[in-house]
Formats: sequence, C-alpha cells, structure tokens
Amino acid sequence: MSDKKKELKPNTYKFDTLSLHAGYQPHKNAGSRQVPIYQTTSYLFDDVDHAAALFNLERGGHIYSRISNPTVGVLEERVASLEGGTAALATSSGMSAIFLTVMTLCEAGDHLVVSSQLYGGTVNLFRLTLPKFGIKCTFVKPRDTEGFKKAIQKNTKGIFGELVGNPGNEIMNMPEIAKIAHDAGIPLMVDATYQTPYLCKPFEHGADIVVHSLTKWMAGHGSSMAGILVEGGKFDWMQNDKFPTMTKPYEGYHGLSFAEEFGPTAFTMKARAEGMRDFGPCLSPQNAWNVLQGIETLSVRMKKHCSNAEEMVKYLSNHESVAWVSHPSVPDHPDHQLAKKLLPNGRGSMIAFGIKGGKDAGVAFINNVKLASHLANVGDTRTLVIHPASGTHSQMDEATLKFAGLSHDMIRLSVGIEDIDDIKNDFEIGFRAARKPRLVSNQ
Amino acid sequence: MKFKVNNNEVFASTGGRPFDKKKPLIIFVHGSGLTHMTWVLQTRYFAFHGYNALAVDLPGHGLSSGESLKSIEEMADWVNNVIDAVGHKEASLVGHSQGCLVTVECTSRYPEKIKTLSLMGGAGAIPMNPELLSLAENNDPKAVDLMMDWAHGPAGHFGGHPVPGLYHINTGTMLAKSRTIQNTLGVDFRACDNYKNGFDAAKKIKCPTLSILATDDKMCPVKEGKKLASLIDGSQVDIIDNCGHMMLLEEADRVLTVLKKFITTNYPPLSS
Repeated sequence: MSDKKKELKPNTYKFDTLSLHAGYQPHKNAGSRQVPIYQTTSYLFDDVDHAAALFNLERGGHIYSRISNPTVGVLEERVASLEGGTAALATSSGMSAIFLTVMTLCEAGDHLVVSSQLYGGTVNLFRLTLPKFGIKCTFVKPRDTEGFKKAIQKNTKGIFGELVGNPGNEIMNMPEIAKIAHDAGIPLMVDATYQTPYLCKPFEHGADIVVHSLTKWMAGHGSSMAGILVEGGKFDWMQNDKFPTMTKPYEGYHGLSFAEEFGPTAFTMKARAEGMRDFGPCLSPQNAWNVLQGIETLSVRMKKHCSNAEEMVKYLSNHESVAWVSHPSVPDHPDHQLAKKLLPNGRGSMIAFGIKGGKDAGVAFINNVKLASHLANVGDTRTLVIHPASGTHSQMDEATLKFAGLSHDMIRLSVGIEDIDDIKNDFEIGFRAARKPRLVSNQ
Repeated sequence: MKFKVNNNEVFASTGGRPFDKKKPLIIFVHGSGLTHMTWVLQTRYFAFHGYNALAVDLPGHGLSSGESLKSIEEMADWVNNVIDAVGHKEASLVGHSQGCLVTVECTSRYPEKIKTLSLMGGAGAIPMNPELLSLAENNDPKAVDLMMDWAHGPAGHFGGHPVPGLYHINTGTMLAKSRTIQNTLGVDFRACDNYKNGFDAAKKIKCPTLSILATDDKMCPVKEGKKLASLIDGSQVDIIDNCGHMMLLEEADRVLTVLKKFITTNYPPLSS
C-alpha cells in the first residue's frame, strides 16, 4: 500500500456541472428542482427601510424586473460561472448587450478601435449609430494586430472584436490584442457568441468584457432572443483617468464610485444600475428560462456541432461545386495554428464557402436545399444557410462589403446536429440545382 | 477614502458616503488575502444609517500601500492606529476570519477604545494546513483556488449571490489574486498560523461581542467559534444553517440583519 500523501485539489464544480447547477439553490426556492420562472414585474419590500436599502445598493435583492429578476439572475450567474467571470448582466438580445457595454464604458467624445469583421448589425451600430451619440470608431482588420495599436488615440476607451469574425472566420489574436489594449490602459471587449465558453474562455486570454448573443449556441434551439455581458474582474479602472464614470462619484447613486465600491464587479454593477435603469433592455424571465434549458446541454451539443462541422468541411473541400472553404480547422486556413491555441475543444460550427457559379449559383443553392433552413440566425440545433451579400450584410454598400471580407459567391453555413449524412444529402440537392443555371447558360 | 498610517497610504471604503467625524466609527477588517470588497453588503447599510463605515484594506492588500504586516499583533496595533488616524477616540470593530483574530487582539489591547466587537467565522486560533500554507508562500494560485473551495459551503458552491448577476467564487478568486499571492495570502496565512494568543485575548474582552458562525464552515468550524465565544463574557452567538465561511456573501442579508440589531443596540448611530 502506498503511503504517498494525497495531493490537495480544489473541488469546485466543473464546466458540465456548472452548466446544470450554477446560480441556483433549490432550498431557497420551495425545493423546486427546476429554476422557477418568476413572472412578475416587481417585488414586495419588507418595510420602508428595506426599500431604501435596495434602492441605495446597500443590500442585494430585486426591485423591478427591468433592473433584475430572480430567473434572469440564475442565468447571469450561470454564464458568469462558465466564463470564469465575476459577474454578468443579461439583456434582451446580443445587440443590446453590445450597446449596453459601449454605453457603460463610453461618453460622447470617446473613441473605440473595432474589428472590421463583425455581424452586419454590429457593424452598423459602430459605423452609423454610435457616432450619433458622439462615439467614433476606427475599424481594423482582425488579422492586423499592429493595426489595433496604431488606431488607438488619446480618447480611445476600448478595443472591440469578435474572436472569430463573421462571416469570414478570421481570428483575432486575442492575447496579443489584449496586451496592446492593456498597455494603453484600456479594456478588450470580445463578442464570443460563436465560441460559447465551451470552446473558448476569453478571460483566460486577456479579454476584460465578454458579450454573447445567447440566442445562438448558448440557447441553442432557435427559440428565444437573449444577450449577456460578462465581466472578467481583472481590469483596473482606477489605473488612469480614462474612466471617470467608473471611478468618480456618480450623482445617480449618492456619490457612489463604482470602481471603489464594487472592484471586480464594478462594470456590471454600473451597467445594471445605470444602463438597465435608463435604457431598459431587460430579458424576460421566460426567455431566460429557455436559455437556461439550452445551457444545460451546451457541452453535449457543442461536441456534436463541432464534429458535424469538421465532417462538412471535408465534404465541401472535396466537392466539385465548391470553390473554397473557410473554417479554422482547415490546415491552410491562415489562423489554423491560432485556432488550435484559442479553441482547443473544437473550432466551432460556422463554415463559409464559395459556390462555383457566383451569386446565381448561390441563390439556386439556397432556394433548393430542403433540410437546411434559410434564415437570419446561427447556432440553432438545426443546420442553417444564408447568402450574406443578399441577407445579413445586405445593408452594406459594395465597398463596405469588400472591407468586411464578403464576396458574392459566399454562403454562410451554421452546421446543426442532425445526422451528418442527411445534411450532405440535402447539400447535394442544392448543388445540383446550383449547377443548372450554368448548364443552361452554357448551351 | 485614503489616509496615512505609519507613513503608508491606507485605502478604506466608506460605503459610498462621505466620512463625517461626528458619526460613530465602525471598522471592518477583512480575512486572509482579501480586501475591503468583501464587506460591500454590510458597509453601505451602516454608511447610510448614521455611521462612518470604514472597510479597510490591510497594508499591502487591495488599494493600500506598504508591505503586508507579518503578525496578528502588528495588525491589531495597526487597527488601533487607524482609529487615531481618522481622528476618532473609539470604534466598533467587525472582523471576518483572520480579521477576527485581529479584532480580538485589538480589543484586548485597547479595551477603552473598542465599544463593540462582531466576529464572523471566527476562532481563537486558525492553524493552517501546511500544504495550503506552503502553496500560498510559494505564490501558487492553487492556494487561492483551495481557499475559495473550502471557504464556501455546499450551497455557496452553486452560487446564489444576493446581488443579482454576481458569482461569489470567481469574485473572491479575483480579489485574492489581485495582488501577489505570496505577499498577501502567504504572509497572512503565516501570521494566522503563528498566532497563539487568541484565547487569552478573548478572556480580557469586556465589550458587547457578537459571533456569527455557519454550520458548513470548514475553515473556522462552529465548535471553534463557540469555544472562543464562551471565553468572552456575555458574548452573543448566531448560527447560520446551510452556509460556509464566506457568510458575509453567502448569507449577506442574514448577516446584515443580525449585525444591524447588535451594533445599533450597543453602539447607537448618530441620529439624523
């Protein structure tokens, strides 16, 4: 028998367990095993003193469901736990999470450095809407790491990007860009919707704020809109004078300094206390519950999404109707090595490919597939396809499309978890239809 | 707010209210390797209800400068110096974990100054697990992970923070890793391990004393807390079920309710 002393190991719960349990204690909820849906607008105060204490942030609790709700709170804690974050704030959509993040960080006159490869709606927010609030942005291609450094100005308050660009699958060198941001005393904000914390935890690579559209893989079933911002807790808001709304007394809460009082959760506290109070993009408890159901099976689904995606990459790469395939698992993808480092559990289930025959072939393909759904979403359990130039990014002009790395032959594929043979068979139908216009035009 | 003690800058949260010398003073002393942030769900209440609530960062911790103090006795003297530095003649003390050792020692040394003593997750001695101590002194982040595991009760491991959206274990981890581990947690653990005067110090305490203990506290079990309380004349004890060592976060509302009643009864606020 060995007399070797047993090594001490922390027994905090791991990812799959947290996916099911984090943020919820049944014994405080009538023993209900499932998270209850608190379908209410407001919450009784014990007395006047209790009400004042809640309004003054003297104690935790709920006042009004625009600010917080117990069901939504479980979701927030669960995502914070999975990301390795200190706190989270759920919102009505991914876009509102991004907007709230920016408005918590910035004021009129501020500037952001932003990756150019983003979801079309996000591009429009940064390019067209934020300037109306006096916040300007400089766009930099995600692979141009040095470009992020050069774009930083005196009034720059942060860097924002999608870890894997939409829809071209370009990968930001997150650790290096985080270093650039931190050397300049500003935070790195990352939209990690495509990865979920199962594939990548951006805080481990230097990100300070993570946002998600929970509508996608986290909820996973195409049923509910939701977004979230998560705080890493490491960024020191008091290191310089760039963030007075975080560090100086805030009139809206009796002179409260969020950074002094709440330290590693200061950003989330401000986003809730100010942003939810004033903008109000709150998540409904029913949708929070739906997302919680999705998160319970996150790791199971993500494994299948990724394995199906890698099968589809092989299939498409060898197909006569396909001009090119972009996915970080492809060895000649420019970011293949970086993807191995940042996405060790799988490279995600978003594939971009070019169809031979250009736009007409793309339209024919999309119009003829039967199993794959043509719609403006990603990260459903079902396989989804879209032609970005005429769909998600259709509000862009030709020059912006080019800058965003889009081409007219590009099809964006969000691989579902159906049987892989059925997806391939469906694509054969689409490819056959796509070849017909060319056959007709050649005659 | 910032002020100086022994020529080093000290940071103390005032619970979001300006410091007012006319109000009675409560000093909150954090546990090993942590900071003033652990008290956010207690200090703000007192600050808005007629007290100066000072949640200090011990030297070398959080936002305070200087090096970490190497013994509980030095920390006790330092707390006394804080009272002087902010221009008060007396104070009520609240401690958590290591902060209990510090406040017990301080109260026994300066009985004329300390008006009430509140102990959370306290014990007369906190001997350290040698492996945990070694990890902390060698700057190994595993020391923080182990501390966060042991410091939270089974229920606390699931989360359920009283402030919506906050996740305790990760927040505590971030606080404990915010400065160099060996210089904060390592020094603090060694100070706890070396401290042997807790039970004798307790016998000298005459001011009203409250001990809040938790049934699932692995770091300072209920029986150790009761043993300490039994040595203090008239000490009150409140025991929280389904809660671990981080009761000030895990059961913040319950802690605040008990603390509020105890302090306002024995050390009344400045009435408005």
